[in-house]
Amino acid sequence: MEGNIAILGYGLSAIGPGIGVGLIFAAYINGVARQPEARGLLQPIAFLGFALAEALAIFGLALAFVFR
Amino acid sequence: MSLVATALGHSAGSAVPVPLAAGEGFESPGVTDFWQPLIGEGAWAITRASIVMVLSVVFLAWVMVAVTRRLAVVPGKAQFAAEAGYNLVRNGLGREVIGSPDFLKFLPLLVTLFFLILVNNVFAIIPVIQFPTMSRVGFPAALALVVFVVYHFVAIKKKGLGPYLKSLVPPGLPGWLVPFIFLLELVTYFFTRPVTLALRLFGNMFAGHLLLLLFTLGGEYMLLHSDAPVLQVLSVGSFAGSFVMTAFELLVEVLQAYIFTLLTALYIAGSLADEH
Repeated sequence: MEGNIAILGYGLSAIGPGIGVGLIFAAYINGVARQPEARGLLQPIAFLGFALAEALAIFGLALAFVFR
Repeated sequence: MSLVATALGHSAGSAVPVPLAAGEGFESPGVTDFWQPLIGEGAWAITRASIVMVLSVVFLAWVMVAVTRRLAVVPGKAQFAAEAGYNLVRNGLGREVIGSPDFLKFLPLLVTLFFLILVNNVFAIIPVIQFPTMSRVGFPAALALVVFVVYHFVAIKKKGLGPYLKSLVPPGLPGWLVPFIFLLELVTYFFTRPVTLALRLFGNMFAGHLLLLLFTLGGEYMLLHSDAPVLQVLSVGSFAGSFVMTAFELLVEVLQAYIFTLLTALYIAGSLADEH
């Protein structure tokens, strides 16, 4: 087997954001289901949380290519 | 642990040839595929990314001027589409996030950022052009630098430098905690925010395009350069994957343009807020 150990680091760094993004959208769907008129208010918040959680996975990807 | 040791041992020792196919073996796409100088070389080369960027600016200017040259009270199709895009940024991002009288000043910045990033991202899957400008980190870094300067300038102009730095720490903290929180907030405002802003856009476009390259080049290799008939049949799956990923890329591209503009609006709104 041949490859780069840094890719494993990316895999590890993707676990946390994966769970986090799932939780954020679960809460968003819950909120909209309970109160459909709050959708416009919740949408930017959901995408903000998504973007912040996703940043960690993006760091992992960038570093996987930096240390090759 | 043994898996890690094996992987390390192999990469340190002699390379084991892949017994998959005869010939030179599959070269997986990597960072070097994104460096495509067309004219000149080195740091001042005109690359494919810069050509696409110039093209996108010309395209955007032409579309916007053509659509808004004869404005009508009852809009035609083109004017309606342009107004819908403009209203998405104006009402959905500007008015909603920054607040009513102040957002008008920042509307040109927000609309420009949104449409520039959108057009550049969508160019990544338009045939013939097919290069994501934002997959070269310099382009998103320049955009993030503009946003960085704007939201600090706005805050310092509104509050003054001293009160601005003081407002980074929320009131009511115990005294011994203040220096730590101040340091943490300072790093967030001056380092983490611009870096994540640039890297998020870069990482998404880079990773998405790399995935497309992998599916397409892998399919091409399996179809044309492998001896096993099984792989030639399986290449259909790889090509189908590249089509599916292209559709997914379109979603990601629009979403990233939206998120970049949303975060810009949020940072400006934070700079304009009276108290923490």
